[in-house]
Amino acid sequence: MSLFDHKLSDLHELLHKKEVKVSDLVEESYKRIGQVDSQVQAFLTLDEEKARSTAKKLDEKLGTDESKGLLFGMPIGIKDNIVTRDLRTTCASKILENFDPIYDATVVQKLQQAETITIGKLNMDEFAMGSSTENSGFKKTKNPWNLDTVPGGSSGGSAAAVAAGEVPFSLGSDTGGSIRQPASFCGVVGLKPTYGRVSRFGLVAFASSLDQIGPVTRTVEDNAYLLQAISGLDPMDSTSANVEVPNFVQALTGDVKGLKIAVPKEYLGEGVNEEVKQSVLASLKVLESLGATWEEVSLPHSKYALATYYLLSSSEASANLARFDGVRYGYRTPNADNLMDLYKNTRAEGFGDEVKRRIMLGTFALSSGYYDAYYKKAQKVRTLIKKDFEDVFEKYDVIVGPTTPTPAFKIGEKTSDPLTMYMNDILTIPVNLAGVPGISVPCGLSNGLPLGLQIIGKHFDESTVYRVAHAFEQATDFHKQKPQL
Amino acid sequence: MSRISTDQVKHVANLARLSITEDEAQNFTKHLDAIITFAEQLNELDTDNVEPTSHVLDMKNVMREDVPKEGLPREDVLKNAPDHVDGQIRVPSIIE
Repeated sequence: MSLFDHKLSDLHELLHKKEVKVSDLVEESYKRIGQVDSQVQAFLTLDEEKARSTAKKLDEKLGTDESKGLLFGMPIGIKDNIVTRDLRTTCASKILENFDPIYDATVVQKLQQAETITIGKLNMDEFAMGSSTENSGFKKTKNPWNLDTVPGGSSGGSAAAVAAGEVPFSLGSDTGGSIRQPASFCGVVGLKPTYGRVSRFGLVAFASSLDQIGPVTRTVEDNAYLLQAISGLDPMDSTSANVEVPNFVQALTGDVKGLKIAVPKEYLGEGVNEEVKQSVLASLKVLESLGATWEEVSLPHSKYALATYYLLSSSEASANLARFDGVRYGYRTPNADNLMDLYKNTRAEGFGDEVKRRIMLGTFALSSGYYDAYYKKAQKVRTLIKKDFEDVFEKYDVIVGPTTPTPAFKIGEKTSDPLTMYMNDILTIPVNLAGVPGISVPCGLSNGLPLGLQIIGKHFDESTVYRVAHAFEQATDFHKQKPQL
Repeated sequence: MSRISTDQVKHVANLARLSITEDEAQNFTKHLDAIITFAEQLNELDTDNVEPTSHVLDMKNVMREDVPKEGLPREDVLKNAPDHVDGQIRVPSIIE
């Protein structure tokens, strides 16, 4: 049995009673990483020296008032597109291979206030562009449930590290499904908060109108604790929302009597694997037995979400990634006699194929003569997709469906054709376009690979999303299943 | 019919400040053409009277007081610069 089989509130209790020290938690983490990370390859950088010295300092505070916070002393992994001062942050890109940030992201500052301990930085698809973590410039993370399959992406390292028991929880980021899809593939809990709930300051921007940082955990309760710690208005991010942050853990009542669930027919339609469908229908039965009701609804513009997403996210990315020019930080080409060649060759040598493809698509969609036909058109369709959700939420409390159309696929299976890879995200992308919160919780196994149930809520109603996810989790055993490594 | 030509791809690569080889230009033409063709399904929708969404939350300009603050220390800013001299970032000469 691993210490990390305990949920955070139990670990907190063990620390409080001094049955376990913070140093024990940190050693547990590095021990497990030593045992399994050569196979799983979730981490890009470890911060052992600092983690150990911080643990020693925190151990001296054990038992005092200063150790009362629930996250005190908990080891955490952080996706490598969230900047950490003096701790290498690469976005899994060669262009940032030697980049040591000079400040901490707001979420990292908040974690420091809560006195968590950063174990290391987690692998991802380069600049968060991908659905399998195969686009990392450094290594391919494996799914702990089956090392021949992908962990999902782009937060593949964040999900695989939690599933493999290397850390009890982690942070990921989600632009089109990048927390929920790997959480689903790896059998863990992953939430994309409402756009604006969590500050993006210090998250290396991919698509600024879609990106959100969110928690990856083993249980819904742990997830709520972590979101609590990182939420809130931030003067450094003008898109962070000035709304009250409720007590998320208090929402975990287990009571879903009278809850109205909408199940979009488009989410159980063509392209969705039969076993995935069956596990969602079985999950709905569980929620029914707890007193909820469900009805089929339509989100009629769902089929347009993927095209809308690729136009908008790539356009935003092409602007955001313009900053990587070899001048102020990051890789600089040795092959340039003038400034223009310095830009062009630095970027050609520093970026991977998928990143280049999206920069090209975005530049095209924003270029003179095509802006109205592609970029502006996609922005208008985004309005229609958002309205689909608003219409359904007039009558229903949550939307429920699968997180992904299939379980985890084989490494290399979908790398040759970008469109096939993009299809993975058809059920998660609309949620980012609408800006609403969505969670993935384990809901079954198919040939030994986890499946995820997606629960989507209204803007800033993570509380209801958590309440439903928690009630479902407590009524089932799926979250207790662990990969054999 | 092809939606995008290799010449257009080279033009876009120049706008994006990416040097590309002839092979890459061919490849990008193929991939971008497939993605753009896929994206044209959006034309099935009549969006004449639809407002574009650039931001999902109902937010207006976010203002704050204009208070001067200390900037970043120079050594921090230069720490990651690939080439710097006398406290300044160096690039190839830009004036002939």
